[in-house]
Amino acid sequence: MTTQLPPGIQLETIDDRIMTLNVGPQHPGSGHMRLIIKVDGDYIVSCDPDPGYVHRGEEKMAEYRNYIQNIPHLERPVIHDSCNILYPYCLAVEDLLGIEVPERAKYIRVIASELNRCIYTLYWLAIYGIFLGHSTMFMWPAGDRELFIDLLEAMSGARVTHAYFVPGGVRNDLPANFEERCLRQVNYFEKRIKEYEAIFYQNPVLKQRTEGTGILSRMDAIRLGTTGSVLRASGVDFDLRKKEPYDVYENLDFETQVMKEGDSYARSRIPYLEMFESCRIIKDALRKMPKSGSVRTKLKPNPKGGNDESYRRVESGRGSLGFHVISNNRPEPYRVKISVGSFRNLICIPYLLKGEKLGNMPSVYWSLNYWPVEADR
Amino acid sequence: MGSKKKVDKESSETNIDATELANDQNNESDDDSTKLTKEEAKKYYEEKGIDLSHDVPIHVQPIPPFEKSMADKIVSKFGQKVVVDYVRPNRIRMNTKREDILDVAYFIRDELKFDHAESVGGVDYPDSKEIEVVYHLGSYTDEQLGNKILALATRVPREDIPNPGNDSTRTPSLRDVFYSVEFHERECFEMFGVFFEGHPDNRRLLLPEDWADIPPFRKDFKIKGR
Amino acid sequence: MLKELLTPETAAHTTNVLVGKLGDVLVRAIGKPLDYAINWGRLWSLWPVHLETACCSVEFGAASSPRYDVERFGIIEAFGSLRQCDLIVVMGTITRKMAPRLRMVYDQMADPKYVIAMGACAITGGLYFDSYNVLPGIDGVLPVDVYVPGCPPRPETLIQGCMLLQEKIKRMKAA
Repeated sequence: MTTQLPPGIQLETIDDRIMTLNVGPQHPGSGHMRLIIKVDGDYIVSCDPDPGYVHRGEEKMAEYRNYIQNIPHLERPVIHDSCNILYPYCLAVEDLLGIEVPERAKYIRVIASELNRCIYTLYWLAIYGIFLGHSTMFMWPAGDRELFIDLLEAMSGARVTHAYFVPGGVRNDLPANFEERCLRQVNYFEKRIKEYEAIFYQNPVLKQRTEGTGILSRMDAIRLGTTGSVLRASGVDFDLRKKEPYDVYENLDFETQVMKEGDSYARSRIPYLEMFESCRIIKDALRKMPKSGSVRTKLKPNPKGGNDESYRRVESGRGSLGFHVISNNRPEPYRVKISVGSFRNLICIPYLLKGEKLGNMPSVYWSLNYWPVEADR
Repeated sequence: MGSKKKVDKESSETNIDATELANDQNNESDDDSTKLTKEEAKKYYEEKGIDLSHDVPIHVQPIPPFEKSMADKIVSKFGQKVVVDYVRPNRIRMNTKREDILDVAYFIRDELKFDHAESVGGVDYPDSKEIEVVYHLGSYTDEQLGNKILALATRVPREDIPNPGNDSTRTPSLRDVFYSVEFHERECFEMFGVFFEGHPDNRRLLLPEDWADIPPFRKDFKIKGR
Repeated sequence: MLKELLTPETAAHTTNVLVGKLGDVLVRAIGKPLDYAINWGRLWSLWPVHLETACCSVEFGAASSPRYDVERFGIIEAFGSLRQCDLIVVMGTITRKMAPRLRMVYDQMADPKYVIAMGACAITGGLYFDSYNVLPGIDGVLPVDVYVPGCPPRPETLIQGCMLLQEKIKRMKAA
């Protein structure tokens, strides 16, 4: 080679049978990370994930900013699901500072959280479609999520990075005619996503590509510590909104969706079924919400927490997201540890891809609901 | 929210149980509903060192019995080796030494039915020259333990000039007990320099391959401009 | 008159002048329209490389969605190899781990190639200016043509950035 190779990139000797492939950061089927895959013919022998291409050091920088300044920072790992990643941070800081949130703010938080869950799932389905070559499945969800992005733009002012949740409630109240508009859009949305059945889930090509690949048994799912839709697709009935209800989820009625097969088809179907449940939750919450009231508890400027710590978790689109916040009498937190669903599911990638055919790699990899930017933080 | 004042980590840990009980009895006898009056709120904030508006209402909760029974089971089996840090609704925390952590982890997995680890994080305490590794354990199989998290913490000594992998900052790995800690321990190794003995693959995960500085999450590592 | 111009002493000079004027006429008759035609072909079919770098990739995906349809400008996300792409949109934060790979991708593209820096993090480091693993802007790695500010920029802003790039290409020499 005439040019100097950057460090960390080495030429492997090509064995007789085993070849090393870099499904790298620039690849139509990889997202923002690299998978070092060794293949023997058409079968994958081993897979070594190499995340860290978007590691920005969120946890370290959170120690240099105070509790309110951390909010735009901590929502950037998943910018289109930003309410759900700020949710456990706000809950943990409210524990530390001893704040009680008003009732109307709790309902607004639930509505925003469910809208964000739908937006995230639609983007994930769009990318799933494009990885498998189904470009209609990219266009339809990408267009449908604009409905909900409009609603969130009316609530908070920004399309994706809302910075809407603060410790103590939400930043501002809903606009005047929000409820009718939201109901109308949610009703239309429920009818619209039923059409995805015909083009995607009953599509014979898709069923052949995803059924039976990447099977994760129930014992393995528990032992590997997976979370979110990966866990529910393998038969474990665990949803944090039911098991450890935070805010007002105990007053709302919905069901957990569980499937038993544990293959890629089940994992791609569970978030779709959960979108119907999200619509139910939004309509229920709009009915039960108190019609007026304050939405934010007033704090002193620059609040400090005592010598205390708190660990809260929330069910986001990818799984349970936990925040461990330690404070020690200063306006900045002493340590913020984020436990994201994507990082916990990372252990499935080398486990499931062993023995698969190379063509099945995108369908198994993306069905694990893995968002690389969040796993790197 | 807990009803005890958290004692600073540098002081001895055996005092925690006594102060915890004293605070409980104080708070439970002060109010018949769970809400504190303004003077009590002011005293509460001053004790905790929180600088907040005194109009923010506080609700104090008593110690829950189920979590207390779990904590008692562990303490009765291991005695002085395990110290209970706090017992709050849905959250328990215990501190232990790194020599005993494998036995405690086996007990927690087999008897108390916690089956996976949610996260493994480190906290750096440069004043007492220690790094603390905290495991948060959860359970999927047991019905009652679905919403409870048990935090297991251990401390390792810390050196001023770290040499990750070759100095005294090491602790046994819990990978044989809970398989789910594999990638979390790798990340903790590269960010703090804590070597996990028994982990087959202590390698870089998130940092660039040519990282030559000290592990970045330590408190000596200052980011630029601060 | 021509006879006087073509005397043996002034023949060389006159031929030079004639050839120069013929060159001008040719450039105006063929060269400029040829430049225009070639640039017209290039600017209405800018194909971006499929390299998502960080959070702004969500807004790039939204720009390809039916509402903000960037495909009508010819910017189709061609999922072939990067040898046939001619636009690289750096979306978002570039970390120290990603920078050598970004340069490798840029070097492998065929000429002519253009670079759009999208988002505040690609321009100056943005919200993460003091992080230990983030480059303060990509000016040290790639030559940037258009800067699109925002965090993240709205899809309409990205489309305006592409149109600015099209204006720039119109003025370039097609060579």
